[in-house]
Amino acid sequence: MVSANTELAYNSKIEGDVVVSRADAVINWLRSSSLWPMPMGLACCGIELMAVGASRFDIARFGAEVMRFSPRQSDCMIVAGTVTYKMAPHVRRIYDQMAAPKWVIAMGACASSGGMYRSYATLQGVDRILPVDVYVSGCPPRPEALLDALIKMQAKVKREPSARGLLVRA
Amino acid sequence: MATDIIATIIARFPGAAARASGDHPAVSVPAAAAPAVLQAVREEFGYDFLVDVTAVDWGLEAAVRFTVVWHLFSTVAHGYLRVTADCTDNAAPAMASAVPLWPTANWHERETFDLLGITFTGHPDLRRILMWEGYPYHPLRKDFPLAGIEVPLHDPEIAAETGITLIAAPMAGGPFVASPGEMNLTEAEPRAKDESWNEASAKPTA
Ligand code: SF4
Repeated sequence: MVSANTELAYNSKIEGDVVVSRADAVINWLRSSSLWPMPMGLACCGIELMAVGASRFDIARFGAEVMRFSPRQSDCMIVAGTVTYKMAPHVRRIYDQMAAPKWVIAMGACASSGGMYRSYATLQGVDRILPVDVYVSGCPPRPEALLDALIKMQAKVKREPSARGLLVRA
Repeated sequence: MATDIIATIIARFPGAAARASGDHPAVSVPAAAAPAVLQAVREEFGYDFLVDVTAVDWGLEAAVRFTVVWHLFSTVAHGYLRVTADCTDNAAPAMASAVPLWPTANWHERETFDLLGITFTGHPDLRRILMWEGYPYHPLRKDFPLAGIEVPLHDPEIAAETGITLIAAPMAGGPFVASPGEMNLTEAEPRAKDESWNEASAKPTA
């Protein structure tokens, strides 16, 4: 095809405000930069989660400051604390109520494995009832550890084949 | 004051007896008299604050298996009083509720019911408070193993979604045990012996 344009690369003078990218890259960029957490604060780790949201550690730097207390409005459940068997159905139901796409961070030893509560009353890891994406070690984890988990979560979101998923579902 | 009240209770309620105690004055009363005793100490002696309601399981062989314990505090005299009453029935222990006297007894009694299986008669809403509805055991009883007991998962939604139908006893095969004298601190830590695996000992496959 004959064209007057001999430029091989993007030229802003010709194409104006157009940026060429992949659908996956754009969608994942949007998703990963505004993960709205569902704060599932169930025990002491919940206090540390609050610290992560407060000014000193400031999770807003990573676009995840919008803690939503409605599962309908959140993307990423942060299970922060001890999940008892009595609470487990409610955690699962709240997860089910979250709109896809959704992710789960298991924060702390309790959420990851039951922690020190090897007991008749405690779920031995929230991954028994939820698909967990990132585990954070610690009892409780330092706020930096949760921020690190969030960055890992973002990296994971950026690798997802989102566009293909959209087409399949549509 | 302290000895006075014990002597007064013993004089007024037949069957009441002083109870050995390391700290506060304590009295044991017959189960039938417990509500009257509690009302009397509350209204006449100023023990107006119910600190705790709990119970003791003396074990399967004990003649009297369950004893309910009330801890009272007097905001007037600034002293504690312990009142206990033996449940008459070992198989289905029951005790009169203290909720009519102290509303705060509500949750204490629910906990005691949940974990030790004491039925508080006259309680307005005697449901389990820590374990879920329908849980078949009372975990603080002496015949409940430390390892726990496997029970069916109580939530049909989770079962349908995840395929899990059973709550495994978390310490099955052995509760946490320490190894005193072990020089390797990793090995000395309390652990369930059958559930520890690492590079040196492979995970059991059963
Ligand atoms: S991991 Fe530790 S700090 Fe976190 S909920 Fe469990 S006991 Fe509390």
